[in-house]
Amino acid sequence: MEKTVNQKAWFLVLPVLLLVAFSAVIPLMTVVNYAFQDTFGNNVFFWAGLTWFEELIESDRMWAALGRQAIFSAIILAIEVPLGIFVALNMPKKGFWASFCLVLMSLPLLIPWNVVGTIWQIFGRVDIGLLGYTLDKLGISYNYTQDFYAAWITVIVMDVWHWTSLVALLAYAGLQSIPDAYYQAAKIDQASRWNVFRYIELPKMAGVLMIAILLRFMDSFMIYTEPFVVTGGGPGNATTFLSIDLVKMALGQFDLGPAAAFSLMYFLVILLISWVFYTVMTNLDKREG
Amino acid sequence: MADMTVNQSAVRSKPAVNVNTRAIVMGLYLVFLILPIYWLVNMSLKTNTEILSSFSLWPRDLTFQNYATILTDPSWYMGYVNSLIYVVMNTLISIVVALPAAYAFSRYSFMGDKHLFFWLLTNRMAPPAVFALPFFQLYSSVGLFDTHIAVALAHCLFNVPLAVWILEGFMRGVPKEIDETAYIDGYSFGRFFIKIFIPLIASGVGVAAFFCFMFSWVELLLSRTLTSVVAKPIAATMTRTVSASGMDWGVLAAAGVLTIVPGALVIYFVRNYIAKGFALGRV
Repeated sequence: MEKTVNQKAWFLVLPVLLLVAFSAVIPLMTVVNYAFQDTFGNNVFFWAGLTWFEELIESDRMWAALGRQAIFSAIILAIEVPLGIFVALNMPKKGFWASFCLVLMSLPLLIPWNVVGTIWQIFGRVDIGLLGYTLDKLGISYNYTQDFYAAWITVIVMDVWHWTSLVALLAYAGLQSIPDAYYQAAKIDQASRWNVFRYIELPKMAGVLMIAILLRFMDSFMIYTEPFVVTGGGPGNATTFLSIDLVKMALGQFDLGPAAAFSLMYFLVILLISWVFYTVMTNLDKREG
Repeated sequence: MADMTVNQSAVRSKPAVNVNTRAIVMGLYLVFLILPIYWLVNMSLKTNTEILSSFSLWPRDLTFQNYATILTDPSWYMGYVNSLIYVVMNTLISIVVALPAAYAFSRYSFMGDKHLFFWLLTNRMAPPAVFALPFFQLYSSVGLFDTHIAVALAHCLFNVPLAVWILEGFMRGVPKEIDETAYIDGYSFGRFFIKIFIPLIASGVGVAAFFCFMFSWVELLLSRTLTSVVAKPIAATMTRTVSASGMDWGVLAAAGVLTIVPGALVIYFVRNYIAKGFALGRV
């Protein structure tokens, strides 16, 4: 759509600008402030320059958390994206069953995140949870509070349970936009199922899928509540992801300087990915328009 | 020729096979989704002794005592009330400020519009963990700590951008000729916006409101950090009771089930918009 140039439109945007500035820019400036200063209490601050950043880059703690975070995000993307596409391909196209599937699949997406944690905390317990109990009876040792692998598997399965439907719903929306004529043409050409997927469905889904991947990456990159409720970051530090570590540092130990430096580097990663996201979105808009 | 016949019969028999595998795949996936939720509901209808002493797939000794505990004890049900208060406040604020902004983004180009739109996106993507400490200090220093409005404003961080993006996605679908006709007919901007435009995108407003509600409802970290007693949300009530009394699984499960209810009630109406809402109004 052609847009008219109108500088007065700024007045319409102004409330949003002020509100978001209040809740984003002021706190962010505090973070920047702390990142370059040191304090011995009583609100007396000293210029610390890049000390915190140097300390952070040399510390194993941040790299370990970042490493765990990267592995976690990679694993859940590798599971959720193919599984989501697979589910979307198998969803009914219309009618009662389509609505039925949509409603049930949306359900995990709308559950408060700490309740998602609670659900899996209970579900995985050996004494009272269905999953833990069944595994135990099958003779598989499974204890997500003690065992490293059990903790990781629980957190990953929980995330797959929680978010695969999002990928599936987005892919499904992409599939719905493919006109029937494309499938008829493929049928005339006697294209195999794989070729239909590879040359018709996948290209048509590409834009939507890109959004799904970015959303999943972003949200998994700042995951906090669910693993915090289930494992509390443990056993040891096994499931201490970036956000959990940051909250521990900032609100638990009140290490303002390092936490602020940590936050800023975290934020830069987010900024970079947001930019990719934005580019994908605007390209998608152009293609439609 | 032989190949041809084989191929054709394969094509013909395909739909029947397809339906079955489809049903099986979807069936398995839905069972995987429902089972943990079913288990929570199951637990909420048992007594604690039954939970701990025996293992059964359904409650043998059906009880609503756990729900009764929550609905009669103020320290429990006030958690829901507090959550609802700040969530509704946040939804109202977000929608009211986002409507004109989304209109501006969808209709006009102005200096810095793309940068502003991008900046909003970065706030939707910002990790709450980064903002937890500064929010705590900011709201403490202005005397808003432990109030509902503090949480409502803090959640605006991600909900206002979300609402702007979703509403913009809906508004771009409304042809511009409608605006122009209305202006020619002598409508002022305000009157046109409220009388004509908002009814046109009513479903979009509904979807945006639903998602603001949802994202504010599911968030724990900021709402827990910014409250202590007066405005304590249900999510925090749940975590604290677990650590304090230890093993009251039945009540914990019942509290969990009750937090799912608001989403489950409206899910049918938004089913076709879930993907659009999560993808910020695109798709």
